[in-house]
Amino acid sequence: MSQRVTIDPVTRIEGHLRVDVEVDGGKVKKAWASGQMWRGVENILIGRDPRDAWAITQRICGVCTTVHALASVRSVENALQLELPVNAQYIRNMIILAHAVHDHIVHFYHLSALDWVDVTSALKADPAKAASLAESLSSWSGNGKAEFTKVKERLSGFVGTGQLGIFTNGYWGHPAMKLPPEVNLIAVAHYLQALEVQRHANKVVSILGGKTPHIQNVVVGGVANALAVDSQAVLTVERLLAVKDWIDQLADFVKNVYLIDVAVVGGFYPEWTQIGRGIVDYISVPDIPLDGRNTEFALPGGHIAGGDLASFKQIKTHDDAYFKDGVSESVKHSWYEGGKGPLHPYKGETRPQYTDFQDDGKYSWLKSPTFYDKPMQVGPLPRVLAMVAAEHKPTIDYATHALELVSTVAKTKVGIDALHSTIGRHAARAVACAVEVDELARQWDLLLASMARGDLKTFNKPVFPKGEITGVGMHEAPRGVLSHWIVIQDGKIRNYQCVVPTTWNAAPRNEKDEPGAYEACLAGTPVAIPDQPLEVLRTVHSFDPCLACAVHVVDQEKQPVVRVRAA
Amino acid sequence: MRVVVLGVGNILLSDEGLGVRAVERLSRAYSLPLEVAVIDGGTSGMELLEDLEGIDALIMVDAIRAGEPAATPIRLTGEALPVFFRTKLSPHQVGLCDVLASLELLGRSPRHISILGLQPQSLALGMELSREVEDGMPALLGMIVSELALLGLVAAATGGGI
Repeated sequence: MSQRVTIDPVTRIEGHLRVDVEVDGGKVKKAWASGQMWRGVENILIGRDPRDAWAITQRICGVCTTVHALASVRSVENALQLELPVNAQYIRNMIILAHAVHDHIVHFYHLSALDWVDVTSALKADPAKAASLAESLSSWSGNGKAEFTKVKERLSGFVGTGQLGIFTNGYWGHPAMKLPPEVNLIAVAHYLQALEVQRHANKVVSILGGKTPHIQNVVVGGVANALAVDSQAVLTVERLLAVKDWIDQLADFVKNVYLIDVAVVGGFYPEWTQIGRGIVDYISVPDIPLDGRNTEFALPGGHIAGGDLASFKQIKTHDDAYFKDGVSESVKHSWYEGGKGPLHPYKGETRPQYTDFQDDGKYSWLKSPTFYDKPMQVGPLPRVLAMVAAEHKPTIDYATHALELVSTVAKTKVGIDALHSTIGRHAARAVACAVEVDELARQWDLLLASMARGDLKTFNKPVFPKGEITGVGMHEAPRGVLSHWIVIQDGKIRNYQCVVPTTWNAAPRNEKDEPGAYEACLAGTPVAIPDQPLEVLRTVHSFDPCLACAVHVVDQEKQPVVRVRAA
Repeated sequence: MRVVVLGVGNILLSDEGLGVRAVERLSRAYSLPLEVAVIDGGTSGMELLEDLEGIDALIMVDAIRAGEPAATPIRLTGEALPVFFRTKLSPHQVGLCDVLASLELLGRSPRHISILGLQPQSLALGMELSREVEDGMPALLGMIVSELALLGLVAAATGGGI
C-alpha cells in the first residue's frame, strides 16, 4: 500500500514550500511541490517609476535581497540600452560574489549539513583521531585536537542540559545517517567556524552596499558609491584594503574547509550520487560583466540538454535572444487565471484563482517556467556544468580536485557524471563557491587598477524615452537564473515579472503535465521511515529552496507539520 | 550597554511590515541614546548575526499573530517568548530564530530579549498599513519607548510627526 507524506513547510519561514510525496515500496513514486503563498509583488510595481523598482523588489525575499535589486536595475538598463561605467560593474560584481559566497557557506553548514551530519554521534568521537583525519585532508588552522576537544565539550554541555538549541529535533540516529563519529565532530566544529567566517562576506556586502540586509548603493545607471583615493567620507583605498583582508579569509575557509567537507561527506554517501537526478536539462546565464554593456563576462553560462555537456549552447550576452525568446510560464497547475497557454514574461499575468490542492489540477502559487517548452533545472550544478562545458579553467580545476577527493574517500573512481544527483548539487555548489571567491579577489584587483588609472566614474544618468520599451535583467544568482522582465511605457512601469530560481526548480507540472525539477528529482528517492522523511528533505534541500515571499509573522500557535496518511 | 531595536517583516505585505514601519518612525520621532542601534531587518536571517552578537538587550518589533483583535498590542518576554525560539521541525532552515539559536550556541546571546508588536489586520499585498494598525502605531512606539525605559534608557520625542 502506498502512503502519502506531506511536509509543510519545508522552508521554515511560514507558508512557503509544501512537498507531498507518494511512497510505495520504500521509494517515492510521485511528488508535488507547492508554493503556499501568493507572490503577486509584481502588481505593486505597476505604474511606478522604474528607477524605484529595485528598492521594492529587494524586499521580495529575505535571503536574496541583493540579487533582486541587481536584476531589477539590469532590466531597466537593458530596456534603455544604457552603458555602465566599468567601476560600477566591478563594485556590483563584488557585492554579487560576496553575497554568493555568504549564501553558499550558510546553505551548506547551517541549512543542509545537518541532513547528513548526526550531531549526537559527534559526542562519541575521539578528538585526537578527528584531528589526525582532518589534518590529513587540509591545512586549515582550525583542525587541531584542542579545537575539536573544545567543540565536543561545548556540545556535551548542550546535550547534558537537554538544550540542543539549534540542533533540536534533527533526525538524530536515523538509519540514513552514516558518517563516522569523528567526521561528525569535524563537521560540527566547522559548523561553528562557518558562523564566524560567514560574517566576513556580510561585511564586504555592507561596506560596498552601504548597509545590509538591504543594500543602498544601487541606482539605475551604476552605483551610488563615490570613489576616492583619500577622502574619509567615501569608498577609500583604506576601506578597500579591509575588504581584501576579509576576502582572503573567506578564500581560505572555502578552499580548505568547505570544499573538502563536501567532498568527504560525498565520499561517505556514494549511493546519493545515484539519487535525485531528475531533470538534466540545465540553464544558467553568464555573469560578472567585465564591460559596461554586458557583453563580456568572467563566468560563462548557457543551456545543456539531456545532461550532455557536448550539447552546450552558450548564452553570450545579457541581451541574447536565445534566452530572451526561450522563456515562458504556464499557469495550468497554478492558482492563477489561465487558459491562454504558456505566456512570455513580457505578457505575463498574475491574477489569482485559488482552488484547493488538486493533485491533477491546480496546486501551487508558483507558475511553471519552461525554456523552449521544456522544464529546466537551475542553480550551482547547471552553472558549474556550463562553465566546464565552456572550458572555464578555474571551474575545471576545482571540480577535478573535489572529485579526486571524493574518489579517495569513497575508495572508488567518481567522475563528473556523479554530479547529476542530490549530493552532486552540494558538490557543485562548493565548486562554484571556490570559483566565486577567487573571482571576488580578481574583481577587487580590477577596481583598484581602474582607480589607479584615475578612473573614478560610477554612474551614467538614465534618460527615459516616450513610448514603450522592454528589458530583461539577467542574473546568475546563488540559486540559479534570476530574470526580471519589465515593460516601460512613457517612463512608468506597465508590466513587471520576476522569474526566480526557486520558481524554475520548485515549479508545479507544466502545460504538458511534465513535473518540475523538485518533483522529478524526488522520484525514486528512498524513504526508510515515512514520518521521518529525511531522504526527501535531503533532495529538496540540495536545491537550497527559498521561496520568495518571506512571510514573517510570529505565530504563537501553529507548529510545522509532517503528516503521513494512506494514499 | 548595547541595545538593538530590530524591526522585522515584509513591507510588501501590508501589516506584515509593521515592525519595519515602527522602527522607521521611531528613528524619526525620537532622539535615541547612543547605546541604541535601530535596524531595519526586513525578512533577513544570518546577515543579522553580527549586529545581534553579544548585545545586552534585543527589542524585536514584529507582527504577532495571537488570535487577538486587530492592532492589539502584544509584548512577549522571558517565559512568554514563544516556544518558536526553542523548537522546530528541523534544524535546516535559517531565519531570525536560527540567528538567536546560533548566538546561544556561541555563548553570545543577547542578555535580554523582548518581542513587541501588534496583531496584524491584513497581510494582503500592498505597501500601506491597514487603518487599524496605522491607528495602533503610536501605542506601539510608546511600548518601545517604555521598553527602553525599563533598561534605563531615555528616548526623547523630537516633536516631529510619526
